[in-house]
Amino acid sequence: MIERVGRRTVDAIKAVGRFGQFLGDLARAVPDVGVWGRLTIVQLRRVGVDSLPVALFIAAFTGVVLALQASYTFRNTVPLYFVGTLVGKTMMLELGPVLAGLALAGRVGASMAAELGTMKVTEQVDALETLAYDPHSFLVLPRVIAGTAMFPAIVALAILTGIVTGWLASLVLLDLSTQEFVKGLKVFYRFKDTWFGLFKSATFGFTITLVGCVVGLGTRGGAEGVGLSTTRAVVYSAVLLLVLDAFWALVLLR
Amino acid sequence: MIRFEDLHKGFDAKPVLAGLSLTVEDRETVVIIGYSGTGKSVALKHVVGLLQPDAGDVIVDGRAVSTLDREGLTALRREIGFVFQFAALFDSMTVSDNVALGLRRRGLSDDDLAARVREALAVVDLTGADDRYPAELSGGMRKRVGIARAIALRPRYILYDEPTTGLDPVTAAVIDQLMVRTREHLGVTGIVVTHDMRSAYTVGDRIAMLYEGKIRQVGTVAEIQETEDPVVRQFIEGRPG
Repeated sequence: MIERVGRRTVDAIKAVGRFGQFLGDLARAVPDVGVWGRLTIVQLRRVGVDSLPVALFIAAFTGVVLALQASYTFRNTVPLYFVGTLVGKTMMLELGPVLAGLALAGRVGASMAAELGTMKVTEQVDALETLAYDPHSFLVLPRVIAGTAMFPAIVALAILTGIVTGWLASLVLLDLSTQEFVKGLKVFYRFKDTWFGLFKSATFGFTITLVGCVVGLGTRGGAEGVGLSTTRAVVYSAVLLLVLDAFWALVLLR
Repeated sequence: MIRFEDLHKGFDAKPVLAGLSLTVEDRETVVIIGYSGTGKSVALKHVVGLLQPDAGDVIVDGRAVSTLDREGLTALRREIGFVFQFAALFDSMTVSDNVALGLRRRGLSDDDLAARVREALAVVDLTGADDRYPAELSGGMRKRVGIARAIALRPRYILYDEPTTGLDPVTAAVIDQLMVRTREHLGVTGIVVTHDMRSAYTVGDRIAMLYEGKIRQVGTVAEIQETEDPVVRQFIEGRPG
């Protein structure tokens, strides 16, 4: 028992050390712009454009559900234009970034872990090194930069979609007018509502892509190892995303 | 010259290399033979710094590989072509992009780069395959692209990791001829890791047998063929124990 605890503690310390070394290597790769600059453009498209449909799909239905739940909660007690307030605030502050983040942890994080994991076990990462490329500048930096840059853009569009579908649901299903919905949207709006969600989503993008890369490049074994890494990347990303969400609320919203 | 000096390496407390010492002279090809899992590929990866030794070192032209910093390692790797067991081609790139990848690091003009890619593909008889993707190639063609990628760099050294494993005898013979042609064409120093004895006899100037983490015997092809060491004899004759 004591031996097992000791071994796990040592493993955990080693993992932290490896992560620190990984970040150090990543920082040293930053001046290698000639390599990561061109590849980042490819990743921006892959992370951004390819991820957009799933994020918008989730946001569209969330907007409708939020409007209906708000109306159900407020009826006979709170003026119905507050539906706009709840849809806007909730999409901007929480559900837009978090739901899109969780969906993209599954899509982007898993795909990066699987891709890099496969490259690792088929010696493509070793091949890169023997060709005098640093895997951090060739593989990791483009993905992390693309994730950090594109997540806020995806989330902004997701928030917009959620608000629009919430507005449409209010018009069609709740007999709320556009003026009332917009009044609700404006009533407690602060600029912080916008930048908080977008800033948070940038940190989610950074975390999800970094975890996908770290886990992918740490893959050992064959197909089973790749499968394990893919699952790990999704679980670690989702957990870290929720921890980060609570952290930013504590730091920025108090 | 490449010198393995008392190289030790283990994984998860299991020793793989236990004092490997071997010298590869300039312009010769040494074939390292040995049973599967005896650390042949592990030894090869130490030459380019893909693995760090537990003790001992590999010395390439006077440079101790494990002590090199990033710049030193990059400079060393520019002099070495590495042909991987399963070619390790990049799936998302065409054949010509795979071959050109290492060259892009060397600041060649587009014309020079294209010429070097054409030349390398011609050496491995793959002219016209430029725009194909690795998934569209046979195992033998993939290995030839791997060799083209290595020789396009015009390296001083080429390391081959199991170049004929998994190939039919005819394709394996083609790869053997290619390795011989590459040595004659470029005058490079080579290390070939294999357990294919026909390949070893064809491409090797000398053959070294790795056994229990050390070199059991090293000698010319004739010396190995006439060996009286029972372990080496059993291996080269492929007799069950």
